[in-house]
Amino acid sequence: MAGKPLLDVRALYKSFGKLEVLKGVDLAVAEKELVFVIGPSGSGKSTLLRCCNRLEEPSDGAIYVDGEEITAKLADLNAIRRGIGMVFQSFNLYPHMTAEGNVMLALRKVLKQPKAEARERALAALERVGLSDKADSYPNQLSGGQQQRVAIARALALEPKMVLFDEPTSALDPELVGSVLEVMRSLREAGMTMLVVSHEMRFARDAADRVVFMDGGNIVEQGPPEAIFGNPQHPRTRDFVSQIAR
Amino acid sequence: MNPEITQWDRFLDSFFKLEVMAKYLPSIIDGFLLTCHLALLVVVTGLTLGLFLAIVRAYEFWLTSWLIAVFADVMRALPPLVFILLLYFGLPAVGISMSGYVVTWLTLALVLAAFSEEIFRAGILATPKGQWEAARSTGLNFGRTLAYVIMPQAIRMTVPPLTNRTIAITKNTALGTVVGVGEILNAATTAQSFSGNASPLVMGALGYLILFVPVVIFGRWVETRFAWQKQ
Repeated sequence: MAGKPLLDVRALYKSFGKLEVLKGVDLAVAEKELVFVIGPSGSGKSTLLRCCNRLEEPSDGAIYVDGEEITAKLADLNAIRRGIGMVFQSFNLYPHMTAEGNVMLALRKVLKQPKAEARERALAALERVGLSDKADSYPNQLSGGQQQRVAIARALALEPKMVLFDEPTSALDPELVGSVLEVMRSLREAGMTMLVVSHEMRFARDAADRVVFMDGGNIVEQGPPEAIFGNPQHPRTRDFVSQIAR
Repeated sequence: MNPEITQWDRFLDSFFKLEVMAKYLPSIIDGFLLTCHLALLVVVTGLTLGLFLAIVRAYEFWLTSWLIAVFADVMRALPPLVFILLLYFGLPAVGISMSGYVVTWLTLALVLAAFSEEIFRAGILATPKGQWEAARSTGLNFGRTLAYVIMPQAIRMTVPPLTNRTIAITKNTALGTVVGVGEILNAATTAQSFSGNASPLVMGALGYLILFVPVVIFGRWVETRFAWQKQ
């Protein structure tokens, strides 16, 4: 990894009551890197991701984004989140707004852009995910794959430094997964920094720069996808990889 | 003569005597208009206050939340008639006297505020957590998330229970009759005792139907209008 990492997670701990979910995770993501986080459910991968924009409050440790400590006590959360896009498993589109409205909301109310400018930018973002013709559709008129792409456009419109993907294709019918992965692939080609929690192994194999395997609240093993999938070193990684390969 | 017809005549004479109806129609109409604006005032102020309280409570400051919870519980538990009598006959003892109209308005508005606060709050809590997360992840602060993302959804969800509750409480304008508010029921009972005939009460009942049946229909229309398919 060359240069200063864009995302730097240091000794991150997170407990829910007595349950310790993250046990001192260190993870650095370089600019333009696409990092996949895999692992069994309950391994803490989603929690790790959600700590990175403080949707989840870390119990201990520090997270730096572009050199700024986002876990600092006086950190401006809203300003930080503006710079970190997030895509959710269940899309979480606003059902009372059109696709364009979903993308425009933060442009209007966070960036305070005038309507015309926000609309232009929203349409450009929808164009990037191949949905400019669906700008006036409401979420319930869209397929799951289209909804997720609108959600990606919503994150992209703010021109974030990086995007966090929390199992972006897990809620999709198999035939709709491809369109979402296609968008993610184009983002990678455009140089977007991405941290992805997902089990799309084939996509990870040919798109990820690095795969991180988590188990029991720790990073067990990480490396290039060929190494993790082809020649895992740790027995738990081997176990997991052989299970999902089936 | 057929005794059944006699009874029928007696029934008509007691409940639908046209000359009595014609005579007291103007006073019933006055009562009807008074009920209309009292009801409107209760609905507008009650729902506004209820919405405001629900929003304040969403911020979860312990003191305001506690105060609102106590207010909502007390106003929901107390029969509105008790509160009306307390304000009307009790408060003058400490030098505060309000007209029957003001007492009735205040009571019903507070009761509606209490119920609607709970309903709006339920709507806010029922809006999926993912909606908060999505909005907050784009940098929207708490207040804007509430205003632009949560409330529009919460309010849609609350339309059916809110409509029912609003109608139920607004009908209680009839309680104003005990503190001399000249609304429909008051006008009708006054006319009934002057005329010794129940026809004015029938007119009163019709007045309530004319007022509230459209409200019920409007509520149903709003329900379908605001509904959207669940994802």
